[in-house]
Amino acid sequence: MEKKGNKPDGVLDCRKLSCPVPVLKTKHAISKLEIGGILEVICTDPGSVKDIPAWAKQTGQELLEIVHENNHYNFFIKRVK
Amino acid sequence: MSVTEQDVKYIESIVEEKLKRLLSERKKRMAIIASKGTLDMAYPPLILATTAAAMDIECAIFFTFYGLDIINKNKNKNLQVPSLANPAMPVPMPNIIGALPGMTAMATMMMKSWMAKVNVPSITDLLNIAVESGVKLIGCQMTMDVMGTKKEDLMDGIEVAGAAAFMEYASGADITLFV
Repeated sequence: MEKKGNKPDGVLDCRKLSCPVPVLKTKHAISKLEIGGILEVICTDPGSVKDIPAWAKQTGQELLEIVHENNHYNFFIKRVK
Repeated sequence: MSVTEQDVKYIESIVEEKLKRLLSERKKRMAIIASKGTLDMAYPPLILATTAAAMDIECAIFFTFYGLDIINKNKNKNLQVPSLANPAMPVPMPNIIGALPGMTAMATMMMKSWMAKVNVPSITDLLNIAVESGVKLIGCQMTMDVMGTKKEDLMDGIEVAGAAAFMEYASGADITLFV
């Protein structure tokens, strides 16, 4: 996927963590950002590809982009509420 | 003054809009019953409940029968994996061997080491996260009476209630699970 160049306001490293920890930490981390801020979440758990988008959809946050490289996934999520 | 068809339509549209708003503002709710006291069966309710909380879904777990051990602070650090009658064990174990003394402890140790390898949180971690994130943990009063469990034996932050209290909560739930 082409990089859109989203600049994160915070980075959450969830590498080597398994379900459900990345989602739990993402929830916690996004609440620390201001509304409009962008959080980058780095995961190695293959399940996160479905889990993070499902979390964003359910909680009403905006998933801007997923970048997959070097065996990890980078999710860029904008806090909208 | 008579009410015209237009008036009725106008009122209906207001009611519809209000209902839509109320429904979208209402938090979803999940009610889980945890009835098993083995390590493997302690995970699903706690993983789902903590995830629900992270997804803005209100959640309660009702711990009943052996499931009460999960919130018993004297027991929940030593939940075991049964070595008997479990054909799904990653290392196949005939029941006659699984029945030998020490096999349950071995199966438990193996499971714990596999879980540590992929960084699965411990039961204690998940319980703490559940409490912090507002998951309601409810101990079954009847089970406590049967097993002689006291309120002091349970973790802090546990509510004790009976079937009717849980049913009242569950009747407003969007998701109900029995584990």
